[in-house]
Amino acid sequence: MRTRQLAFTVAHRLAILAYIVFALFPLFWLLKVSVTPNDLLYSEGVRMWPSRATLEHYTFVIAHSAFPTFFKNSLIVAGSTAVTVTILASLAGYALSRFRFRAKYWIVALMLITQMFPLVMLVAPIFKMLSPLGLTNSLTGLVIVYTAFNVPFATFLMQSFFDGIPKDLEEAAMIDGATQFIAFRQIILPLTLPGIAATLGFVFTAAWSELLFALMLISGNDAATFPVGLLTFVSKFSVDFGQMMAAGILALIPACLFFLLIQRYLVQGLTAGAVKG
Amino acid sequence: MTHAAHHPATKPFRKRFADAAEPYLYSAPALILIVAVMLVPLVLGISYAFRDIQLLNPFSGRFIGLDHFRALGQDQAFFRALRNTLWWTGASVFLQFVFGLILALLLDKPFAGRGLAQALCFLPWAVPSFLAGLNWAWLFNPVIGPLPHWMYAFGILDAPNNILSDPQLAMWGPIIANVWWGIPFFAITLLAALQAIPRDLYEAASIDGAGPVQRFISITLPFLAPTIAITILLRTVWISNFADLIVVMTNGGPADRTQIVASYIFTQAFKRLDFGYASAIALVLLVLLLVYSLLIVLLRQTLLNKD
Repeated sequence: MRTRQLAFTVAHRLAILAYIVFALFPLFWLLKVSVTPNDLLYSEGVRMWPSRATLEHYTFVIAHSAFPTFFKNSLIVAGSTAVTVTILASLAGYALSRFRFRAKYWIVALMLITQMFPLVMLVAPIFKMLSPLGLTNSLTGLVIVYTAFNVPFATFLMQSFFDGIPKDLEEAAMIDGATQFIAFRQIILPLTLPGIAATLGFVFTAAWSELLFALMLISGNDAATFPVGLLTFVSKFSVDFGQMMAAGILALIPACLFFLLIQRYLVQGLTAGAVKG
Repeated sequence: MTHAAHHPATKPFRKRFADAAEPYLYSAPALILIVAVMLVPLVLGISYAFRDIQLLNPFSGRFIGLDHFRALGQDQAFFRALRNTLWWTGASVFLQFVFGLILALLLDKPFAGRGLAQALCFLPWAVPSFLAGLNWAWLFNPVIGPLPHWMYAFGILDAPNNILSDPQLAMWGPIIANVWWGIPFFAITLLAALQAIPRDLYEAASIDGAGPVQRFISITLPFLAPTIAITILLRTVWISNFADLIVVMTNGGPADRTQIVASYIFTQAFKRLDFGYASAIALVLLVLLLVYSLLIVLLRQTLLNKD
């Protein structure tokens, strides 16, 4: 029995390790290409690590390209989107979690339908609507579009967090004379901080990587976010892969950091929702 | 709300109105935004399917009825894309689900360093999709990536060639990239569902002499079933619409072997700037996905009613 248990444990750890290698290997390759000097890029293309590593791609990208601007723009867009979505989704998620009202079914249906259709379909109409408002080629326009795209899923996510919190808490506060909104703000919201963190991180990562609409709505370098900027590396520097991968690695850092911080709340939040069924 | 329900008669009209309006006030900002930025453009987009909309042609824009749909009925490339979509979506969802479930089961057991392992396993999800596509295209390239050489060494390939340029195998490239990228989503939702299963059920089953396989089939699976159903439904719809990886890795080639409907729409819209035709294809895809979802929901209802 002991040996069987031991064999099982070893197999379990090995399986986890195998998956981690599978998950991280492509990222390792990205890193490897980004530190390979240009003259070794093809001759040592298949080696696990170049015989000579360099940070020159990184210094070039930071000092001599428009990448810092892209980075700043992306930070502004993803940050504002995450905050706005989380506020709107908390309010809407709370309504879906705590109230029974006639339109609830229709609101859920509307939000589900928004997850169904190819967003490509919206590119032309959105461009035509935003252009007279002066919201094309502007970060504000991007924030508005991304916020709308992310609100439905974030609302469901927040609803599942609220569902995990017993109703008695705000009912007690309301008997003591608080309005429901005050109970929501002062009692329920602080309890959902993990959920808020999860939603913030989830939306931040999504907005950080969006390419299609950024490509269509932004034309100059000044308002370009980093996915668009990364593609300009292809044309401007005759596909300098080393620089492109260095920029890619730099751009991965905020998204990954954010994600590492919030991923356990994501699991927790979904659990809380599932408990209530 | 319950407070209000105790004495409805004593409430003045204004208070009752405020109570009824409260949920609408909470959801209004989100709803207004969704309607303005998604629903209105969707309706406009649907109208484009019946009009001649070409972005660079100032004389386009007139109403042409069902012409786009007639053209679509004759479009062999579209039907090929439809078949490719089935293959792409089916294989991606199936593999993501199987590996996601295995990963969730592995991570559900407590062990030292589980938090870190979980974070690392979920990391691919944070990688921007087009960067993931670029990166996998590199890995499959025999000049600068190791994968063809490994597959050759293991006897999977006859020669270390790029599978992305092999018409027979090309679709596997984006599928593998998609599986790598999408496993965490399944793993996160399934892990959450696993952790919600009461632990004493397993203990009771063990005492009754149930083995691990039996416990999995009679406790774990039934508890996971609703989550599995809804996650697979959502992911199927989402992956059929997901063109980023294919556009970045193969652009639909070689010889349209990896062209799915979503990437075909993208090509029509951005390469040919024919938004009318692109909208018509998108509308067909939307209808197909709605029918699929409806069938799944109905199936679920009948299964639930049977119990």
